[in-house]
Amino acid sequence: MTAGTPEHTDTKNVGEDITSSELLTIHSARALAGRRVVFAGHGLPTLATALAQRTVAPEIEIVYESGVTGARPPDLPRTISDSVLVPGAASVIPMTHLFNYVLQGQRIDVGFLGAAQVDRYGSLNSTLIGDDWEHPDSRLPGSGGAIEAMAGAAEIFLVMRRHTPRTFVETLDFVTSPSPHRAAQSEVGTMPAGAGVTHVITDLGIMTRFARDEELTLSAVHPGVDPAEVVRQTGWDLQVATDLETTQAPTPEELAVLRDDLDPSRLYLR
Amino acid sequence: MDKTMSLSEAIRTHLNDGDTVALEGFGHLVPVAAAHEIIRQQFSNLTLARMSCDVIVDQLLGANCLTGLIAAFVANSSAGSLYELRRRVEHSDPDPLWFDEYSHGGMVARYQAGASKLPFQPIASYRGSDLAQKNPRIKSVPDPYGGSPIYVVPALNPDLTVIHAQRADAAGNVQAWGMLGIQTEAAFAGRRLIVTVEEIVDESIIRSDPNRTIVPSHVVDAVVEVPRGAHPHAVQGYYDRDDAFSRDWSALARDAEAVKQWLQTNIHDTADHEEFLALLGADHFDKLGIRDAYSRPVNYGGRE
Repeated sequence: MTAGTPEHTDTKNVGEDITSSELLTIHSARALAGRRVVFAGHGLPTLATALAQRTVAPEIEIVYESGVTGARPPDLPRTISDSVLVPGAASVIPMTHLFNYVLQGQRIDVGFLGAAQVDRYGSLNSTLIGDDWEHPDSRLPGSGGAIEAMAGAAEIFLVMRRHTPRTFVETLDFVTSPSPHRAAQSEVGTMPAGAGVTHVITDLGIMTRFARDEELTLSAVHPGVDPAEVVRQTGWDLQVATDLETTQAPTPEELAVLRDDLDPSRLYLR
Repeated sequence: MDKTMSLSEAIRTHLNDGDTVALEGFGHLVPVAAAHEIIRQQFSNLTLARMSCDVIVDQLLGANCLTGLIAAFVANSSAGSLYELRRRVEHSDPDPLWFDEYSHGGMVARYQAGASKLPFQPIASYRGSDLAQKNPRIKSVPDPYGGSPIYVVPALNPDLTVIHAQRADAAGNVQAWGMLGIQTEAAFAGRRLIVTVEEIVDESIIRSDPNRTIVPSHVVDAVVEVPRGAHPHAVQGYYDRDDAFSRDWSALARDAEAVKQWLQTNIHDTADHEEFLALLGADHFDKLGIRDAYSRPVNYGGRE
């Protein structure tokens, strides 16, 4: 299903022991149904993409920043540069080709990323917390390839482990990867090729936006989540869809693949 | 021409205090042994070019080898933070660090320009990013063909580049497989190039599979055989990544004194990489074994 499919089934098969990282991963994977060429970022996006390949999107071509395309790893990759991604992959190309021809060349349907902060138009911060680039309060990993994924992919999906006013902010501490809305305010450089962030999957629900100057809108909440709570946990005046939906709870099958096959050591499911 | 030498001799011959040195490898084929030798020989005032950082950045910082860093990702892969790096960036503790920050695409473009001996390289990203505002070396130029102004990044030509690969012949024809990162571009961009390899092999092995060569010998100044020279990173077909080591580093490096002690015991008090590996324990690499997966040979046959 895609994010926000109406939910009419009961949830009796789902115990209260489902962790938020399991919930996030399952909804992230479902959002990839029907998508083909997907760039999988560090962390939960890697796990969600692997789950999608085993469930809703068996034809998916997973592309990693390390240059691996069409990966079908027998074991869960521990990072995007894990050598387990290589055996059985369709190709391993130099990163020059990956960045110039695949990302900048606009060959990616969905870039799946995480971030420390996101704003209402889907600009992302993965660089720092604080107000001084030279001496931040907390130095974060930085762009990696996120700026290029945002600039080149047709769409960006974003997974955020914790939906709080500190992560969903009015003003980013640093704009690492700018939304097309933000990029349009600049007069220098090349406009992003794609739509920017279209889906945000969080522990409380799912937000979507589909046009350059459209804000992220709460389109679905997870079962038992009060939409007013999502608004409270968002640092801007969050719009709620008039046809707000409730997400379908994880199925036993999804949970089994995730827990038993993909991440039994709970590397990502922490 | 035989370019083989010891790691100690290669670093001593080709590196100088104050140099910009590129140590490249993206979570695979990382020249870790070379980084350790730079620490052992106590080089200083170096600027390190390293697209995506890892434990060696913290180790070189802790050993006071670096005053500058050119990078695009400054965490310890997925193993956590690099606390030596964070202390310098956040608090200038114990000294400030000149940090020239890009994205991965920006670093790719910088090495490409350097390898091609062009002054700069255009790049389609960065519009609207604060990085382009904060880093004065990310500039824009008019598009002479009528498009909107485009961002450019400057060529990167390290004084010395070091890469690690599976194998090379004595002349320095380098073969690698698995994830190739940015090594070919960094190799051509460098003014000097040291290649460390798991194995030095006979020239006939290299010539049996010429498409496998990622760097030809005319670029190479020194070839050094350093088995397990990329630990704690993986080498495809040789050994797996040592994630426990990388995680333990992020825990240890919270304490600056612990870093100093680690460097003393593991680097300064060991003569070479072999002695360093011995400290890990005789059976350490048993846990890092790999499952064989051979490719099928291809037919390079030409005219009869």
